[in-house]
Amino acid sequence: MTVDTYRNDSAYPFCPGCGHGSILDALNEALLMQQINPAKLVIVSDIGCSGLSDQYFGTSAFHGLHGRSLTYATGIKLARPDLHVVVIMGDGGTGIGGAHLLNAARRNIGLTLLVFNNMNYGMTGGQHSTTTPFGSITSTTPGGNLEHPLDICATVGVNGAAYVYRGTNFDKDLPERIVEGMQTPGFAVLDIWDLCTAYFVPNNTFGKRSLIAAQEELGLPAGVLYQREADEYAAAYRSAAERLRNDRPRKTRALVPELTSSLDRTVNLMVAGSAGGKVRSAAKMIAEAAIRSNLYAAQRDDYPITVKTGHSVSQVVLSPHPIDFPGMDEPDVLVILSSEGLRKAARYLGGMKGSVFVVPEFAGVETGGTVTVLDPKSGPGRVAKSELALAVLAGAVVHERLLEVEALRKAVGAYPAFAEKNLAAIEAGLAMAGVS
Amino acid sequence: MPVERREDGALGWCEIAERLLAEPASEATHREAERYREILSVEHVILWQMLSQANQGGPPPRIQVRRNPQARSARGSQGVALSGTTIPAMTAYEFTDGATAIVRGALDAGCDFFAGYPITPASQILMMMMAELPKVGGIAMQGEDEIASIGMCIGATMAGARSMTATSGPGISLYSENIGMAIMGEVPLVIVDVQRLGPSTGGATTAAQGDVQFVRWGTGGGYPIIALAPSTIAECYTLTMKAFDLSERFRCPVFLLTDKELNLTRNTVATDAYVEVPVRERELTGEGAPYRFGGDAAPMELYGAGVVRFTGSSHDEEAIISKDPAVVGRLNRHLRDKIMSHREEIELMQIDRDPEATTLFVSYGITAGAMRDAVAMARVKGAHVSSVTVQSLWPIPETGLRSAFESIGRIVVGELNPGLYLREIERIAEDREVLGLNRIDGELISPVQFLEFLP
Repeated sequence: MTVDTYRNDSAYPFCPGCGHGSILDALNEALLMQQINPAKLVIVSDIGCSGLSDQYFGTSAFHGLHGRSLTYATGIKLARPDLHVVVIMGDGGTGIGGAHLLNAARRNIGLTLLVFNNMNYGMTGGQHSTTTPFGSITSTTPGGNLEHPLDICATVGVNGAAYVYRGTNFDKDLPERIVEGMQTPGFAVLDIWDLCTAYFVPNNTFGKRSLIAAQEELGLPAGVLYQREADEYAAAYRSAAERLRNDRPRKTRALVPELTSSLDRTVNLMVAGSAGGKVRSAAKMIAEAAIRSNLYAAQRDDYPITVKTGHSVSQVVLSPHPIDFPGMDEPDVLVILSSEGLRKAARYLGGMKGSVFVVPEFAGVETGGTVTVLDPKSGPGRVAKSELALAVLAGAVVHERLLEVEALRKAVGAYPAFAEKNLAAIEAGLAMAGVS
Repeated sequence: MPVERREDGALGWCEIAERLLAEPASEATHREAERYREILSVEHVILWQMLSQANQGGPPPRIQVRRNPQARSARGSQGVALSGTTIPAMTAYEFTDGATAIVRGALDAGCDFFAGYPITPASQILMMMMAELPKVGGIAMQGEDEIASIGMCIGATMAGARSMTATSGPGISLYSENIGMAIMGEVPLVIVDVQRLGPSTGGATTAAQGDVQFVRWGTGGGYPIIALAPSTIAECYTLTMKAFDLSERFRCPVFLLTDKELNLTRNTVATDAYVEVPVRERELTGEGAPYRFGGDAAPMELYGAGVVRFTGSSHDEEAIISKDPAVVGRLNRHLRDKIMSHREEIELMQIDRDPEATTLFVSYGITAGAMRDAVAMARVKGAHVSSVTVQSLWPIPETGLRSAFESIGRIVVGELNPGLYLREIERIAEDREVLGLNRIDGELISPVQFLEFLP
């Protein structure tokens, strides 16, 4: 069945002489030339006079927020790549939605963007926009515009758009250019200049001739400016995703509490070291060993945003009961591995009543707790820096009788890639603590 | 049936279960014994109390489990309820975090579109969704900003996807306009807010609960929103699924409100603690108006299936922009009533009631865990206190709260903000004393702080 119009019965609401209606007529012609199923076409618009457009078409439509039409259109195209998505924006949208314009171009997503560029905000009273020529009078540039106009076409062109055209609503071949844009896989942008007879025209004694002349005067040439073949994003995503289809879904390791622990109270363990010292992964091993020992464990990490520098502190709660509060008022067992760690743990030291394990460097630390020095050099071999956290922690928890050695071994044994090193670290820790 | 005690006064569970099975006092006892056999396989249980009661034909016995001697009330999230006591019944556990549970819940709810922008402490959800969705045929995008991310979600939903996004407070600021549009356009969408300390960029890796009113009033117009707040990792899973279900039921955005600690702090979760809830399929109509004002939300029409209109402006049932006061009034009343006249379907809270208590603790999210710990500690000492964990922050579970307030003289509201939910409790509490327990220094409220409110 042939479609003979994509327009509905409503008359356009635009001012006399406004170019918007003629651009919409050109769109209608372009759609007729392609005979697209109206249900397979979504016209996405946003705010401004151009944002009224979708109501005059008998196709699917999405009328969204100012400058955001490209984001909605991207979502629609990604979810339904088979749909034709035509986006209508004013020049205002290229300002408020500039980031979306740039990134739609970078992605080369399969949308056709028609910019109804009348060089000012027509709906809100003729204020200047990103495309208002330098020196032009608008309601917000009474002394002439001091900003220079955005070159929409160059911007999207150098950033990856597949089809870029600049023209005016007076172009006789506009329907053909719209068809070209829609038939190009990827992001097509048509920067279509027209007249705002309510504001820009009377404020600047502007007309059809000056509109066309302005493009040359401003060095913003007309015509098809970019045409390139490049992968369209929605299709590219699907083919890339297809390669991941058989990958196994992420699964969290199941830990079976096959061992037991004599721990009958909740113990708060804190380990304070430096970023890069594998503090968090060592703490995780202790926690997993606890779970394998029929205990509950929680681990709360504290680290700066700059993850490779500064402190790294883990708080591990071990308990025979489910842990509803994963924090701690103060640690029962504190392990200090570095000066950065010491700084973060300093506030707990005075009030501590439990055990403090330190490397020899901090043997003189002042605390209310009992200090035990664990010397990495006291073991049979050298303890690598990356293994220090696990070694000292292992020594501490076994020394404190929180966990059995077997549980620690089982915990690290579950990670074959690191098992050898980690087992060595545990042995070193036991030697350091004199509990092996 | 005479039962001999071992030297330590305890009996092995096998012995007791076998005796019960061999000589069941009733069918119910038999079932109990079967359950013990199943459940206690990983536990050492002291059962002599149970035995003596069972022998006397008494009510289902209370049992003590070494693992949980404080005999906390059953909450269902960390164990199974049996005879009034929580028994961790599972043989396997995970050491995991809320972000992982949210992603799992989303996937199990059929989420097939995600878009988000990196922000601490919500990025883990983005990264996991980017990794997982392609494996199940879904699509995950990192938008150029938060505005684009939620915009993509809205567009994708209208084209048939089941969408989710995740951010933190600063991102919710940027979501604001599109939250309003999702309300106006009646778009099902799940928005995860992993709260961090504010205002402004505040503390990126610091827990807070400062967005509780922000999500409620974060967009113009003051229309109702739905916000669920899990307080355990397992609940992160369940309430994510619930959020998807409610978003379909009411055709609206639904918030899942968590925080840095719930999202990133790892805890021990039994593998079978993840309670699935049904997520309804989207109701679709092949034709007809995209909107219906009055009664429930209308079935949706999706792009591609027919000619479908959508608008974020005031509109009639055909999605044609309207300024007719009769039409606009009906539209806006509908946006309110479709949710608020069914609030009983959404309202969710957990009460732990001590009939003798005159003090009630109220909390939600990460702070509710400390509150429940405090309640358990208080009871060990013989104190009387009740607690409510609010799970549907919006709408407020008013009916349940009013019932919880009966015989209560003093209410303590614990939250990591300057007292934002307190005002809601005050409104319902009438002439009861309402006190705030608040921290805004980035540290968690600890159980001890709750206990300070008890005599």
